[in-house]
Amino acid sequence: MKRIFVITFVLSLMFSVACNDDVFLSKQPNDLLNDEQVWSNRDLVILALGDLYNRFPDYQTIENWGEFANFDEAFASRDYGRHQNNDWGFGDWGYWDYSYVRALNSFIKRCAEATVLSAEDRQAFLAEARVLRAAVYFEMVKRMGGVPLIVEPLTYDYSGDPSSLQFPRAKESEVYDFVIRELDEAEDLLLDPTAGGRIYSRATKGLVLAMKTRAALYAASIAKYGETTPSEMTSGGEVGIPASMAQGYYQQALAAAQELIGKGWYSLYRKNTDLRENFTNIFLDKSNNPEIIFVEDFKLKDKFHGFTTNNQPVDQTEEPGDSGWLNPTLNLVQSFEKLDNTFAPLAIGTPGNFVYYDKITDLYEDRDARLWATVILPGSQFKGRTIDIWAGYILADNSIITSGALGGQGTLPGRSAAEQVVGKNGPIDQVEKSAQTGFYVRKFLDPAIGSGQRGIGSAVWWVRYRYAEVLLNAAEAAFELGQADVAAGYMNEVRRRAGFTIDLTAADITFDRIVHERKVEFAFEGHQLWDMKRWRLAHKVWDGQNLGLTTTPGKADESSTKPYGLWPYKVYDPGSPNDGKWIFKTIIPGKAIGIDRFRLRNYYSEIGSDILSRNPKLVPNP
Amino acid sequence: MKTKILSILIPAVALMVSSCAFDNYDAPDAKFDGRLVYQGTPINLDSRNVYMELWEPGWVKKSKVDIHVNQYGAFSAVLFNGTYKLFIRRNTVPFMVPRNDQTNSDTLLVELRGNKTMDIEVTPYYLVKNASLTNSGKTVHAAFGIEKIITDSNQKEVERVTLYINNVNFVSADAKIAEASINGGDIADPNAIALTAQVPDMTPMQTYAYVRVGIKLRGVDYLIYSPIQKIEF
Repeated sequence: MKRIFVITFVLSLMFSVACNDDVFLSKQPNDLLNDEQVWSNRDLVILALGDLYNRFPDYQTIENWGEFANFDEAFASRDYGRHQNNDWGFGDWGYWDYSYVRALNSFIKRCAEATVLSAEDRQAFLAEARVLRAAVYFEMVKRMGGVPLIVEPLTYDYSGDPSSLQFPRAKESEVYDFVIRELDEAEDLLLDPTAGGRIYSRATKGLVLAMKTRAALYAASIAKYGETTPSEMTSGGEVGIPASMAQGYYQQALAAAQELIGKGWYSLYRKNTDLRENFTNIFLDKSNNPEIIFVEDFKLKDKFHGFTTNNQPVDQTEEPGDSGWLNPTLNLVQSFEKLDNTFAPLAIGTPGNFVYYDKITDLYEDRDARLWATVILPGSQFKGRTIDIWAGYILADNSIITSGALGGQGTLPGRSAAEQVVGKNGPIDQVEKSAQTGFYVRKFLDPAIGSGQRGIGSAVWWVRYRYAEVLLNAAEAAFELGQADVAAGYMNEVRRRAGFTIDLTAADITFDRIVHERKVEFAFEGHQLWDMKRWRLAHKVWDGQNLGLTTTPGKADESSTKPYGLWPYKVYDPGSPNDGKWIFKTIIPGKAIGIDRFRLRNYYSEIGSDILSRNPKLVPNP
Repeated sequence: MKTKILSILIPAVALMVSSCAFDNYDAPDAKFDGRLVYQGTPINLDSRNVYMELWEPGWVKKSKVDIHVNQYGAFSAVLFNGTYKLFIRRNTVPFMVPRNDQTNSDTLLVELRGNKTMDIEVTPYYLVKNASLTNSGKTVHAAFGIEKIITDSNQKEVERVTLYINNVNFVSADAKIAEASINGGDIADPNAIALTAQVPDMTPMQTYAYVRVGIKLRGVDYLIYSPIQKIEF
């Protein structure tokens, strides 16, 4: 009885307390700031701008390294599914981020009328937001073709009729024109990149010109090479650019690149005399780096990434659960030229007639310095240690002695004690984290102590634009405009830094050369897919044919549909002059069962049916 | 005790097996099937890539039903009754759907009122003719011709012709264990093409394989083939 009383009492207490509706409903939220509050304080405006920078779109990055294994640059040692499909989905690489566009549009609108900012700030912030908006539209047009150009924040009037918010797609060329025009207009309002210490992570005049040359070059090559894929054009120009516009875009690309080159703000990074180390350091050196134009920067403790944690060699991992994720392929490795300007598969001989090398690294000694800086080769150094990658002993009768465990032991014939018969990093087929292709990735890998730990991570920045690309853009545009001598000049600048002592002449410059130079210079920098798309090479290189590894790595349209690896073996043949030498064998990772096929519809990502349903004015991609 | 358990169990089971009528739609029950044919003969296609799109106009949301066409050119789907628009995406498939008067385009109207069987007449760009696939041991010989069917402005070039071998009876450009090709430009006589390929070792070991030849056209993703044939060795 007493209990009932207590319960009733408590319940009645609960019901008698009520909230004051007026105060409750008009209470200001204390976990977010509204527009008015943001635009009344300069610091908050900077925070808002910082957020806009953070939403900058990328595809393959050092925070999203798995995507590097989608094509033929790398094998994913821990995510085999990427190599077991033949096709890419039609919606892959889709990007339709109008919430970001809206945020940018509304920032631009508010910024123009912000009284709290000084005139200088207002002009600079406004220009930065416009560059970001241009970058978003560039990213969208790259992936989807023409998209609706929205430059004002749209507001719904609750009339029940959303048609005032529905816009048709602009032509693909119109979006590129918009990007170029916006960048033009923003240029004068921005800072010099060298003004008061180098600026890397904000929009500058340097970024504007670099982005402009890239955008114009993309548009130009789509106009020129789009003719080879007539199915990927719509009659309204939503996708596809008429060939007649190629010339104009190439001229814009060359002009923008030459303007940037002429400014003298940037130069190629050449601080180290060791060219291999020099190329590695382009991506690591944050102090007065003259090559870097625009990055996503990181800072230990505040904003760091796990690229090194996940991709460090497994035998020196600082985080046993992670490591060894990306294994560069032989397809990429053999693409690096010999220093006499010739292309050739690696000289390994044939089974039964192997070429013997004294040192494991000798195979690569005559190759481009960029190979050493992009890939961790067996027997090269990382964090002061020699990378132990070898697949086992090969005996005189060509039989192999190896082990199924990393650094595992075995007994060689004629010896009594067991000894190490396989590298501590493998390669062992289908053993996760081992170098299943025989290589690890070096570009962007952080040599700092602790960078391999999850809790510390790496602060190596993600390079989005650098000067070498401007030079190669200029070279490509000049070549396409018939100025092969100009093109050779820019190409040679980049190539000398990679260790080439013989300059290319105008007669040497071909389309294949241009394609190849970008492939090796920008491996693991997120250019590959977009380059292959704009040249309309993707469906030729990833053509679904299983033809083996190409023997002409300098040819642009050679089929490359599977990731290959190269395994070193140590010769055990006491008494023979070859004892202790190294031989190499080409392999296909056992988990790589897919054969890549890029279908024509992949050139422009499918627009989702939800997007099409919301806006009947949109024309779907072909 | 036993009665108590039963008294709980019986209503519970009864509740589970019965369902309420209000929130359940009838399942689709109209079967729509047929084949893609050229002059009455079904065409041979990829085993898993060719789809027809079925759109039903009039709804707020736009969403299509994809109907798979198998490697023998046959399709079947179970749908709701309705009036659909049937569309096959150009440039991915090795054939064209002729224009029809009803829609004045290559879109077809499909009235579905109960089951329906419909052969769709299409025109392939090319056809494989007189394919003879033989083997001596594990060496497969293919002798065949190719015939250009579409010769007007829509015509396509042959990129290559390929002999495919697979260990199961799905054989196509993306289901194969071995292949041999000749490029379109290297074909001397389109009426007499010969290709040879070797059956690789299979695990588990088997003494048969399936083969066919296909024509890859420039600017078309998927191939057109000869009928699948089983070989034994």
